[in-house]
Amino acid sequence: MDAGLHGFFAEKVERLTDRLYGTALRLTRNSDDAEDLVAETVAKAWAKLRKLSDPQSFDAWILRILTNTFVSEWRHRRASPEVAMEPDPENDEGEPFSLYEKLHQPFLLWWTTPEEEVITKLLREDMDRALDELPDAFRIAVVLVDVQGYSYGEAAELLGVPVGTVRSRLARARAQLQRALWQHGKDAGLLERHMTAKAQNV
Amino acid sequence: MSKSALTCEEVLKHLVAYLDHESDAHTAAEIERHLERCRGCYSRAEFERQLKARVRAAGSRAAPERLRARIKKLVDEF
Repeated sequence: MDAGLHGFFAEKVERLTDRLYGTALRLTRNSDDAEDLVAETVAKAWAKLRKLSDPQSFDAWILRILTNTFVSEWRHRRASPEVAMEPDPENDEGEPFSLYEKLHQPFLLWWTTPEEEVITKLLREDMDRALDELPDAFRIAVVLVDVQGYSYGEAAELLGVPVGTVRSRLARARAQLQRALWQHGKDAGLLERHMTAKAQNV
Repeated sequence: MSKSALTCEEVLKHLVAYLDHESDAHTAAEIERHLERCRGCYSRAEFERQLKARVRAAGSRAAPERLRARIKKLVDEF
């Protein structure tokens, strides 16, 4: 065993554990499954490590192994009869929704509390919950593009769907996500404070 | 050049693709030119950018000690 290679791998994995776990958690929505996915990813990555030509690309490489592992299992499960009975979110007509437009009321002066402040005050839990509420196909598209930074083409290839499907899932996912954040923000009283602050400055 | 300048509606239509780095170079440059001059669209773009950053940040969460120990044990055995 190459001690240098092992040391490199151990150090990299240790440093990346939070990202691997966070991404796995977003994909699986379940901490036990996320932990299993991370462990499986680490084992696969070690087995393939000698194939990694550029050590600089280790982070993206191991995250890709994690994503590929999850997506191929998900696609396999999705093709099975019991899962195929689930309603297909693709058939739901998604309505556009913009959090910005909700916050940016034209009758209020815009230079008071900036809309960005609402984003910074959103709790991590609000974001996690809103993402977890998305149907699988939508959530996975968001994780691939927004979390992992894949291009639409890369996401389409991984998912085995046309690029247009990725684009449409993303649009619907983001509309649902923003609607959920709006709802959570309202429930938490955050948006009322935002709107009041604006109104007082009119 | 000003003839080809994008309107706010056109910028809004292309904004998502632009923020996802899916715009062609010409459209991206036109959008950037517009954002430098239009406060309303700039504000909208910044909002969407920050929201995207928050989603991205959701891809990292403190791993439980149990998982860290499991990974360490696994790697030590390699």
